[in-house]
Amino acid sequence: MEVSEKKKKEMLWTMILSRKFSDSLVVLCKTEGKIPGMMILSTGQEAVGSGVCAALEFDDVIITNHRSHHHLLAKGADPEKIMAEIYCKQTGCNKGKSGTLHLAVPEINAPCTSTVVGGSLPIAVGRAFAQQYRKETAVTVCFFGDGAADEGSFHEALNLASLWQLPVVFVCENNVYAGAQRYDAHTRVKDVAERAKSYGMPGVIVDGNHAPAVYAATLKARQRALDGGGPTLMECKTYRLRGHGESDPQHYQPKDEIKAWQGKNPISRLGKELVESGVITAAELQEMESKAKDIVAEAVRFAEESPFPEARDALEDLYA
Amino acid sequence: MQKLGLGQAVNQALREEMHRDPNVFIAGEGVGVGIHDNPVFPTFGLLEAFGPERVKDTPVSEAAIAGLAVGAAEAGLRPVIEIMFNPFFTLASDMIVNHAAKLRYLSGGKSSFPLVVRIKSGAGFGAGCQHSHNLEAWAAHCPGLKVVMPATSADAKGLLKSAIRDDNPVIFIEHMGLYFAEMPVPEDDYLIPLGKAEIKRPGKDLTVVTWSGMLGVAMKAAEKLSQENIETEIVDLRTLTPLDKDTILASVKKTGRLIVLHEATRTGGFGGEIAAVVMEQGFKYLKAPLRRVTGPDIPVPASPPLEKFFIPDEDNLIQAAREIL
Repeated sequence: MEVSEKKKKEMLWTMILSRKFSDSLVVLCKTEGKIPGMMILSTGQEAVGSGVCAALEFDDVIITNHRSHHHLLAKGADPEKIMAEIYCKQTGCNKGKSGTLHLAVPEINAPCTSTVVGGSLPIAVGRAFAQQYRKETAVTVCFFGDGAADEGSFHEALNLASLWQLPVVFVCENNVYAGAQRYDAHTRVKDVAERAKSYGMPGVIVDGNHAPAVYAATLKARQRALDGGGPTLMECKTYRLRGHGESDPQHYQPKDEIKAWQGKNPISRLGKELVESGVITAAELQEMESKAKDIVAEAVRFAEESPFPEARDALEDLYA
Repeated sequence: MQKLGLGQAVNQALREEMHRDPNVFIAGEGVGVGIHDNPVFPTFGLLEAFGPERVKDTPVSEAAIAGLAVGAAEAGLRPVIEIMFNPFFTLASDMIVNHAAKLRYLSGGKSSFPLVVRIKSGAGFGAGCQHSHNLEAWAAHCPGLKVVMPATSADAKGLLKSAIRDDNPVIFIEHMGLYFAEMPVPEDDYLIPLGKAEIKRPGKDLTVVTWSGMLGVAMKAAEKLSQENIETEIVDLRTLTPLDKDTILASVKKTGRLIVLHEATRTGGFGGEIAAVVMEQGFKYLKAPLRRVTGPDIPVPASPPLEKFFIPDEDNLIQAAREIL
């Protein structure tokens, strides 16, 4: 299908923003006294978040996982509120309760993140059930990694979603590694998408480093879900350029493999495509880069100047 | 007044709440067409009354059932899911413990999860330990959940209606032995607040704190002790969390003696929590060391004499009472 110039520009922009965001976190998380806890980044996988979310409407819901920043930014989360939460500040989107890992942004229909591998899938089934129950014109997208496809929850969720023809799109971000395990060390089948057949739904393999391809596949899966055709399993083939977390030395990831995937950078790829086809000028691309840099710098400033929550605030927000 | 088993009272509460609020739906294994097609069971006739859109028979997939509830509740529906037997809670527990209980907190109070997990529980059926295992203390150990365990049909109706209307995840544990005991239940629409214990029998000499199926044991023992002029006050907790400490402490203050009685096994059981509360806040009232009367620390055995040995009875309770009187 032909993807509009507007959509391509939108995807390029959210990818650039996500990359600037994670690039800044690479440094900040290693700077003493800045960010508590672990840091898990989505560097290299931006085309998945941007491509999927470009195909969604505001009312569509995303349920995300521990590698969530690019999903949330592409869905429209406020970078300042997200950054402040990553800094565990009172002004963060969850008042410092979630930190970088469990970001919940219900105001953009990204109601929760599950960092339990495979935890997002059954919840997405429930969220999609509510859409079906209320006859809403909206779908739920569930993001998870290739490791999650080994969890029992994956199988239970796909089976139930297909049985009830729920409006859900399962997006497996196959970044080749589950922790330190290469894909072929944890799964015998060549593609996660192959498993869709077991549950009577389409399994689609997508170039996860090309946002327009992800967008087109999502659009199709979304329409199918809205038409009552039920769920789709989309496997986006991508690569985790950084470690599982920022403290991971990556000694198990071959250097030439990382290098090869750096060459498939989804941002420079789409940027180049748009400049060469005359959709944007090189100067405009430069401008997008510097605008994203400014937004991230402002988000960091906001986060750093914000206060920590009061210790006693720990007791708040448990019960409704 | 109508007389109903606890399952029928649950059924009535479900019907009333489903009529009242279109956001309420039920889901679980065999909640529509089931292998226990018996009018004393809680979901009997609901499929016929409300149709398959609101009475969802699910595959045997406890994680998916619980996740269904979490996601649907976040969207504002009010799911009531059923876990067929308490030991299967383990299969659903990630969704309940890591998600239902924590996601509101993680959202900084932005989201809420108004869901009810009904769990059928209790020994006494010769079903053995993978179908009989009282795990209420596990659930009570998770901040973010409320744990309700009714002992009478009337309480079950009022408590379940409150649980469905509560904006938090509620674990509602039904002792199956009570499905077969007919008890009076008011016919009107009434609520019993969560977190409030009830004195089921007043007394001055001894407090027994108990819940769920053990209330009957406590009442029988109290009757026998009364013949010896020993008057037992029975506190039926009804809700384990939030815990009604005031009612427990007021009773201990009055009697000076405490026995906690539960069917669940002893070590790590919820009785230990009540003992600790009384030691911290009511030690000065105690005239004698407190006692716990519980199931022994073994899985529930299948053979009738073994299972009978497992379940605390009135003789166990009377013996404990004699030790501290």
